Amino acid sequence: MGALVEIKNLSKKFGPITAVDGISFNVDRGEVLGFLGPNGAGKSTTMKMVTCFLTPTSGTASVCGHDILTDSVKVRQKIGYLPEGAPAWGDMTPAAFLDFIAEIRGFRGGERKKRIGRAIELVGLQRVLRQPIDTLSKGFKRRVGLAQAILHDPEVLVLDEPTDGLDPNQKHEVRALIQEMAKNKVIILSTHILEEVEAVCSRAVIIARGKSIFDGTPEKLEAKSRYHNAVHLTVSTEHGSNVEEALKGFDDIKGVERLESAPNGHASFLVFPKSGEPIIGRVSEVARTSNWQVEEIRSEPGRLDEVFRELTIGAEGGDRS
Amino acid sequence: MSHILAIFKRELKGYFATPVAYVFIVIFLLLTGIFTFYTGRLYERSIADLEPFFMFHPWLYLFLIPALSMRLWAEERKTGTIELMMTLPITTGQAVLGKFLAAWAFTGIALALTFPLWITVNYLGNPDNGVVVASYLGSLLMAGAYLAIGSCISAMTKNQVIAFVISFVVCMMFVVTGLFVSVAAVRDFLPEPVARFLGSLSFDNRFRDIMRGVLNIRDIVYFVSLAGCWLFANALILDIKKSQ
Repeated sequence: MGALVEIKNLSKKFGPITAVDGISFNVDRGEVLGFLGPNGAGKSTTMKMVTCFLTPTSGTASVCGHDILTDSVKVRQKIGYLPEGAPAWGDMTPAAFLDFIAEIRGFRGGERKKRIGRAIELVGLQRVLRQPIDTLSKGFKRRVGLAQAILHDPEVLVLDEPTDGLDPNQKHEVRALIQEMAKNKVIILSTHILEEVEAVCSRAVIIARGKSIFDGTPEKLEAKSRYHNAVHLTVSTEHGSNVEEALKGFDDIKGVERLESAPNGHASFLVFPKSGEPIIGRVSEVARTSNWQVEEIRSEPGRLDEVFRELTIGAEGGDRS
Repeated sequence: MSHILAIFKRELKGYFATPVAYVFIVIFLLLTGIFTFYTGRLYERSIADLEPFFMFHPWLYLFLIPALSMRLWAEERKTGTIELMMTLPITTGQAVLGKFLAAWAFTGIALALTFPLWITVNYLGNPDNGVVVASYLGSLLMAGAYLAIGSCISAMTKNQVIAFVISFVVCMMFVVTGLFVSVAAVRDFLPEPVARFLGSLSFDNRFRDIMRGVLNIRDIVYFVSLAGCWLFANALILDIKKSQ
């Protein structure tokens, strides 16, 4: 048996529209895979195929060695799934809802109580157990969906936009929960919040127009940014005019850009490296020898939103031409 | 089996968690009362039987059952819970059967609540209780066939109004074929076997036979297999187009 989740050349067409176009990747235990892409890129469709809700037009996937086409009930036993928008039967209370899920998942008696209790505790649902789900806030509804997904402690957890619509505190809680569970599971989550990828994911896959256009660690994604290892430098205004001149002519420095916004009495610059190698040592050395009064100097990790935009818009533009 | 039971319980409880159950039961009892006493003239006939009560069931079900069945799948589609349900480790058939049986049991409850009528005729005279039991069973069987049609059509759309209207029309065809072939002009026009076939499809004709106290094995097979076909189609439709 290979990886816990293997996606092999998965495609889905809705009439003339190709939503997912030959996506392949493997995910193994311990990985938290962030599934990124603009709206309509095919993230949800891919997840729906892996969780056996949609049948792929071509290609297949396997979960824990079970094929989604031929062994779909077994696949669904192994997966915990939070669909987009966390749907649940609104007339039920969270207690009744989780009891139903536990019954379907085959837990009886004391075991069922234990499982439900644990899920309730993990997502913090104690306060609203007896209230119809329809009357709950968005945050609590999302937690009910999460509790349902983790109830059977699945080996593979698929979460479609788990933090969408949550406030910052709730987002933090959900992320902490995901990290806590990550050790011995596969977690695949879709999001369009890039900070989330940095915060919880060990790997990012970006898709646009149904195709995978990036697969690697969040660090590798950052490294693609032109801001990666760029140096942010703020000096007092009197030295400001010298900066661009002084930093010219170094092999590893590509250019200097003056920033519009700077604290009063100071000037700020962005110094770009040529090859993406760290240049903060070089810049601080120049600052020292030139006797600039340095207010701030720091290295940029790279800007994910910029990389994301470049990659996805590039992919869409390329498709059109 | 345990999966079907779990869905059955959830669904049946669902009816009573919302006003749906109470509204349906009250309207059902009210209408059966009106039909039985005013239109069917139970008292004036001075015959101790429940024919005036049962004879309107095919027509009553014609719009009450689609009203009940329209939400079965259309609502799941609309709210997205279909995605939750179909990604649980259950087969489509189990989901279809669980929901259908719950709706059927619910109609059974509504039907059972008409028992005061039975008591009334037993108090007033000596009805043939065998006929009454056969009629109740026949009515329940017929309700199941209506429900299976409604459930299947509800699976085709996420719009409950569309589900209601189409179910109504399809059920109507199963009721009126009996009337249609009984018209002399039609009978002259249609070849005998075709007319007989159309007549045999009719819920109304079948149920009339049952009301006379003959709960024929053929009628049972008819209603059960009809329901089975529609439920099979129901599962097929869900498998083919689960989203949208």
